[in-house]
Amino acid sequence: MSQTTNVFQYLSIQHFVILSFILFSIGVMGVLTRRNLIAVFLSIELMLNSVNILAVAFSKYHNDPGAQNFVFFIMIVAAAEVAVGLAMLVMIYKNTKSLDINTLNNLKW
Amino acid sequence: MSQLLFYILSGIAIFCSLMMVYQRNPMYSVLNLLVTFFALAGLYLMLDAQFLAVVHIIVYAGAIMVLFIYVIMFLNMSVPLSTVNTKTIKVLAAATGLLFLFVLLASLIKSDLMMKPSDTPLIGDAKTLGKVLFNEYLIPFELTSALFLSAMVGVVIFNKKDFND
Repeated sequence: MSQTTNVFQYLSIQHFVILSFILFSIGVMGVLTRRNLIAVFLSIELMLNSVNILAVAFSKYHNDPGAQNFVFFIMIVAAAEVAVGLAMLVMIYKNTKSLDINTLNNLKW
Repeated sequence: MSQLLFYILSGIAIFCSLMMVYQRNPMYSVLNLLVTFFALAGLYLMLDAQFLAVVHIIVYAGAIMVLFIYVIMFLNMSVPLSTVNTKTIKVLAAATGLLFLFVLLASLIKSDLMMKPSDTPLIGDAKTLGKVLFNEYLIPFELTSALFLSAMVGVVIFNKKDFND
């Protein structure tokens, strides 16, 4: 157990921060690009995960297990969000027969 | 060795998430995101967060992705949508994402992260996390059960037959 090597002997915290930034930007791009509601949900999941990896990296860096508990809570909230979101998605599909977000423009006028 | 592992895992994560965004078939998007999640679990293991890596696999790969795949099959959506996704929207979205990344990186350069990492290594196993979770964060942990209960009730009410007008 004492032989565990600290990952920050080889890598700086900036590696993880930049990886998290790139993944978050890809998620933003996905939300803006895709017209499919399911793909928009998947991009939101990707953004949540990029924040998670940032929190775990800083928790290791500062030797604080509290941040890893917050990641645990983020996972719980993501699971509840996906359950409710997919139920709404099924309801939207029943009403409009489509999952294209361009058809959901009833609030435009 | 550790560096190489990091670059391989993050390369897999970035490549598969890009494939997820630019894949037209929603089923392939879900499978690409699944590979991304496994790569992220490997990164958690590199950061000595064993408990979170296992929970990540169980919750995301085991529950959330299965829910997505189930909904896609339920709605019979594996054929791609014929959408009016113009070239302009794609270019503008990519430009927005890159600009956002640029802003974040600029803020990283300006910020002062150079404090020394702590010497005593933190091992994120169930024992360490459980001690914090059930002492400091006991009330939020109990509140999440109320969150789950309300989510479950909400889902059931949403899909009742007489809910939609």
